[in-house]
Amino acid sequence: MAARGCGGVWRRARQRGAGGPGPGPFPRGQRAVACNAKGGAVPAGKSGLAPWIPVVGLEIHAQISSNSKLFSGSQVQFAAPPNSLVSFFDASLPGTLPVLNKRCVEAAVMTGLALNCSINKKSLFDRKHYFYADLPAGYQITQQRVPIAVNGSLSYSLCIDNKMSQMVTKTVRIKQIQLEQDSGKSLHDDTRSQTLVDLNRAGVGLMEVVMEPDMCCGEEAAAAVRELQLVLQTLGSSQAVMAEGQLRVDANVSVHHPGEPYGVRTEVKNINSIRFLAKAVDYEIQRQIEELENGGTILNETRAFDSKLGCTVPMRDKEGKQDYRFMPEPNLPPLILYDAKSLPANMNHQQVINIDWIYERLPDLPSVKREKLVEQYGILPEHSFTLLNEDGLAEFFESVVKQTQMKPRKVIGWILNDLLSYLKQHSLTVKESPVSSCLLADLLNLLEKKEISSSAAKQVLAELWKGEGKTPLEIVKEQKLELLQDQKELEQICQAVIDGQENEVIMMVPG
Amino acid sequence: ALKDGLLSQVSAALKEGRVTPTELCQRCLALIKSTKFLNAYITVAEETALKQAEESEERYKRGQPLGILDGIPIAVKDNFNTAGIETTCASNMLKGYISPYNATVVQKLLDQGAVLLGKTNLDEFAMGSGSTDGVFGPVRNPWSYSKQYKEKSVPKSHSEDEESNWVITGGSSGGSAAAVSSFTCFAALGSDTGGSTRNPAAHCGVVGLKPTYGLISRHGLIPLVNSMDVPGILTRCVDDAAVLLGSLAGHDPKDSTTVQDDFKPFELPNLTDVSKLSIGIPKEYHAPGLSSEILALWSKAADLFKNAGAKVVEVSLPHTRYSIVCYHVLCTAEVASNMARFDGLEYGHRSDKKESTESMYAATRREGFNDVVRGRILSGNYFLLKQNYEKYFVKAQKVRRLIATDFVKVFRSGVDILLTPTTLSDAAPYTEFIKEDNRTRSTQDDILTQAANMAGLPAINVPTALSERGLPVGLQFIGRSFQEKQLLTVAKWFEKQVQFPMIQLEEVKKHDSDVFQHQKSASFS
Repeated sequence: MAARGCGGVWRRARQRGAGGPGPGPFPRGQRAVACNAKGGAVPAGKSGLAPWIPVVGLEIHAQISSNSKLFSGSQVQFAAPPNSLVSFFDASLPGTLPVLNKRCVEAAVMTGLALNCSINKKSLFDRKHYFYADLPAGYQITQQRVPIAVNGSLSYSLCIDNKMSQMVTKTVRIKQIQLEQDSGKSLHDDTRSQTLVDLNRAGVGLMEVVMEPDMCCGEEAAAAVRELQLVLQTLGSSQAVMAEGQLRVDANVSVHHPGEPYGVRTEVKNINSIRFLAKAVDYEIQRQIEELENGGTILNETRAFDSKLGCTVPMRDKEGKQDYRFMPEPNLPPLILYDAKSLPANMNHQQVINIDWIYERLPDLPSVKREKLVEQYGILPEHSFTLLNEDGLAEFFESVVKQTQMKPRKVIGWILNDLLSYLKQHSLTVKESPVSSCLLADLLNLLEKKEISSSAAKQVLAELWKGEGKTPLEIVKEQKLELLQDQKELEQICQAVIDGQENEVIMMVPG
Repeated sequence: ALKDGLLSQVSAALKEGRVTPTELCQRCLALIKSTKFLNAYITVAEETALKQAEESEERYKRGQPLGILDGIPIAVKDNFNTAGIETTCASNMLKGYISPYNATVVQKLLDQGAVLLGKTNLDEFAMGSGSTDGVFGPVRNPWSYSKQYKEKSVPKSHSEDEESNWVITGGSSGGSAAAVSSFTCFAALGSDTGGSTRNPAAHCGVVGLKPTYGLISRHGLIPLVNSMDVPGILTRCVDDAAVLLGSLAGHDPKDSTTVQDDFKPFELPNLTDVSKLSIGIPKEYHAPGLSSEILALWSKAADLFKNAGAKVVEVSLPHTRYSIVCYHVLCTAEVASNMARFDGLEYGHRSDKKESTESMYAATRREGFNDVVRGRILSGNYFLLKQNYEKYFVKAQKVRRLIATDFVKVFRSGVDILLTPTTLSDAAPYTEFIKEDNRTRSTQDDILTQAANMAGLPAINVPTALSERGLPVGLQFIGRSFQEKQLLTVAKWFEKQVQFPMIQLEEVKKHDSDVFQHQKSASFS
């Protein structure tokens, strides 16, 4: 909690111009320049140079990775045929009742523990009402009053000025994690003025993770979400793939002057990737600063990020101001969790959730894994981040290390500079790599034994990418890339070269 | 043996082969036809019923009946889902709606071989106390056509008045009560949220049991107030109610509010000694509007216990008088929420209005719901508004807690069972009843029954005597949570003492003298 906030006060000038995580060049570029030209001439008595403090909070919906939905037995699956995973309850047929999925509760408890939350031994479910085509019951079951986990924190790191060597670690407070139902999906067909509804997603379990407004720029928000994503994936509580909607981020953004209360905030939605999150937040911060410095006001509104234009635009509000008319969900008794102390002896262990039991079985979290990597292999801390950021890369690295005599500190160079950049260039995942850890290890062993040169090794690797099933040794032999260990043979070769180039030799000798 | 039309007796007759399930089913179907004017049924499932009866018959032939309910014709209130048979809630919203699944209670009955005759009439979405406010019209109380009522109430000279003299069944499970009372089935399911099973049971002279909340699954019961709804049981005697309870009660994985423990069905003992019993008479039930006739009957009943050696004590439930207003807030709030799903998209009525999704919703709900339902939705949403939530909903919940605590205190003081009237008076003629609006009537009529729902307690109406007008009057026993056996045992003892007279259905007899032959002898017993 020590490293809260950027320590960053933003001045307009800092955000201008190219580079940095600033807003895209269009379409506000024009106005930004115009503003800039005005210099400090800001109306409303405020000095244009008065620094602004941006405040960013996040609401993150993570789809729980489970076989069935939060309150029904329907399967959870991405991209199944429309309305093929819909139970009577999901379609809210009259008379159906919710039955809580234990796996979803366990996922939330795991996540809560991993985020240092206190787990509420008694939490409650509520109904949140609004009419929408993809919400068949007319309400969402959520945890408004007493959520399952509260008061946690998440540490994340980011590099300063894009330099990997200058990493800082910050902490964002987690206000709460609540269990709730996902909605279905509406597809609007404007030409036929039809709305098509797919209820496959309706009722899938979500964890809403509410992060306190402890961040101050897009980079921080992006780093925090990336760390959360890694945590969720490590736990297996969510697959957390943003592109598949398993992780959805809404950002609450406001700006204010030091010593003044927080400004009016806007909520930015429709952010589909971590990269866009950074862009959207920074754009919104900048927009608010400009708006205020131009004497305008910020409306408490919901804005959507337009990734093509790189800006946020006001969203058409569904029905103006909503009153969700929250009410306790009467069909679900309070959710009671136990720990080793409170667990009643006569309880069926299949039916209860023991927090301590889950805690003891938590896997190593990314932060711990990184520490271990640094400690065990002597690699740089920043390299440990890169290793964990790519799914499966750390495992690949460790597997290579196990199979070679090369020092891990050297191996990491090959992993990051060669393997990773190749994969990135070709948009491949680690799993899809044409070169297995075993092949790479073979190659590095040849290098380590000085059988080939480093440049020859690169040549072999280039050949290996083709994925023709040849071993590094075969390639070395085929292309005669071995380092020559025999003095005589070397002399012969040299002599042959010299003999073939007599003119050049003659010319060189006097020189 | 069929003369009293009791479930246990007919079950024995089936077992002994004195009657076959098909014969029994056909008799009931014929009776449903001849009593059609009662409007007790919305849907008669003749075909499936006969098929079920046939299957039952096969089982009896093989000597492998499924139990006491095998081949027994039953009826189910039309707010329970029945797969393949229309479920309407007596509302335009669900007219023609065929559910793809059976409510757990329906499934349990079918699994035990019961024959489902049809779906019974009610107030729209069970909102009412008369069974007069459904789209299929009001239910007529079979007692309107009884010899007993006619002799005492209907002016013989004005035969045209007969039409306007029929009395209501009470509600909202009036169709089920009328069905049991008119012998068209041997037992029926109702639902009870504020008295909807006990009230019509009292008016129709049958037993109406509202079990403890959580004892019977609500899965498949289209909800009124989830936190108070309980499937109700309507039968012609207390023993039969115990049989039904035994076949329905227990944990249901599909309803998280049901008790975890298994329920052990019981047979009711014949109580001979009531001297160890403590009967509480809650003074607050001496409510304004309580007819002197019922008051007298209530004291007589108390004396009956006293004279038999039971301890009879006056007790106080001080917060009961707030139950009506408290119920109003909690009920409408849940109604507003529960009715939100009826938007015309997935099922049910959908308006032709298509200008926008919102206008389609609005028109669908305007056309689909009657004034009563819409009124409750409106008030409920008002109480749930952010600025009102604390002031109304939270406060009502607190009052509900106080009401429940009153009962706990009384029972803790040593009282075993509470004895109260079920209704303020006997059944009103339809023409009188509809002079007041639904809300006023519900407010008056639920006053004696509602508190048991607030507290989740088991309660039962036992038919006690006929009023001066020749109409049934019942008294209510309220027991401790999950102490159905004790409650029913006492109710059975009381039932035996009072010897409530059998209905003499003159009108129906004209239509079907054969089927009602057995009742003639019954009336002399």
